[in-house]
Amino acid sequence: MINILSYLPQLASGLSVTLILMLASVSIGLVLAILITMCSLSGFLLVRKCAGFIVFFIRGTPLLVQLFLIYYGAGQFEWIRDTWLWIVLREPMGCAIIALSINSACYTSILLQGAIQSVPKNEIAACEAIGMGKWLAFRRIIFPRAFRIALPAYSNEVIMVLKGTSLASTITLLDLMGVTQQLMSEGYQIVQFYIIAGVIYLLLNAIITAIFNQLLKWSALPQRQSG
Amino acid sequence: MQIDGFILQILLGTIVTIKLALCAAAFGMVIGLIGALLESIPSPWLRYPAASIIFIVRGLPELLVLFFIYFGITAILKSIFQRYIEVSAFAAGVIALGLIFGSYASQVFRGAFLAIDHGQIEAGRAMGFSNWQLFSRVQLPQAWRHAIPGLGNLWLVLLKDTAIVTLIGLTDMMNQAKTAASTTHQPFTFYLIAAVIYLFITSISQKVINYFTNRSNRYVHT
Repeated sequence: MINILSYLPQLASGLSVTLILMLASVSIGLVLAILITMCSLSGFLLVRKCAGFIVFFIRGTPLLVQLFLIYYGAGQFEWIRDTWLWIVLREPMGCAIIALSINSACYTSILLQGAIQSVPKNEIAACEAIGMGKWLAFRRIIFPRAFRIALPAYSNEVIMVLKGTSLASTITLLDLMGVTQQLMSEGYQIVQFYIIAGVIYLLLNAIITAIFNQLLKWSALPQRQSG
Repeated sequence: MQIDGFILQILLGTIVTIKLALCAAAFGMVIGLIGALLESIPSPWLRYPAASIIFIVRGLPELLVLFFIYFGITAILKSIFQRYIEVSAFAAGVIALGLIFGSYASQVFRGAFLAIDHGQIEAGRAMGFSNWQLFSRVQLPQAWRHAIPGLGNLWLVLLKDTAIVTLIGLTDMMNQAKTAASTTHQPFTFYLIAAVIYLFITSISQKVINYFTNRSNRYVHT
């Protein structure tokens, strides 16, 4: 039997890398998702097409390919190495956050687009009737409404990001998965380390689910009779 | 040219990737049906173990499941036979991806069977159908219709998940792209080629899924 306590510092540092990756990617991803969604609703055909293509490309390719494309691929171009971008792109952490947030943004944008379409039409009509501008109606009514509709599905997306962070171990990052593999190759206690990592991932899952349940309760509108 | 040779290798790898995805999907369908069946059985001795395995597999990163299966099976075989036995990366990939596919598919199947109007089953009984006839003529065709969109999504997820099996040494498309990238020092070019091939396969799949979705709904009047 292994002494788990002696590995605690390493596991904790791995866990912190995983958490940083997840929180950074989820928050940057959310901002990007809102941007992409607004582009996809834009009046300009070219902007709409571009947003559509990015979402199509990201959703049609594996996260691992995207990660390798950014981490290994960026170095192929001399001109990138000369710019400030290289400061971010030479670090595995920067690349992992970029890949995960773009990936998450595209999936979230699909959720948001679906949610915006399911905002009741009479509410939008009501906005027009009281003379709200397009942007004001979007900011005050449509977007908050859509976010509430998308919230349950969004919690799954956050869990997908958590699971995706494990791929960062393939570009030399020592996240929870990376630390587990490192410990495993040192100690040959294969199954035990995977079980410990698995339990931690499941606990994180449970925490995310609990937070979102609270958010759902907190953001729920008072029920009214409709009709 | 050099690039042509590498592209041929990548295309050969693509066949491995597709084979892996098809085998994992077939295995996953069986797991999914068994899971859906076990979860609908009233006996807690079957229902709770099945439900907890499904919960655990769904909550873990795909990479962890794959490594656990690959290295876990190696360790088990080693303790049984007292010597190192090489587990094929392909088999481990099929088992791991099939397990992941199956645990999501069981939810899809369960939902699909529950979506059938109970009156249909009663009508079948009234017509004197046997249990098997009821299942094969009434329940399965209709559950299929409800299950196709969900299974289609799972297939697309599975296709993309096959990329991780390269990490346990399977010479699939991703692995060939990696070899080409490190030999030519053109990682961007070759990973982009891999990405485009994945995009191509997922787009074709989407078309096929749409065809079957429309086909399965051809007698539905709304």
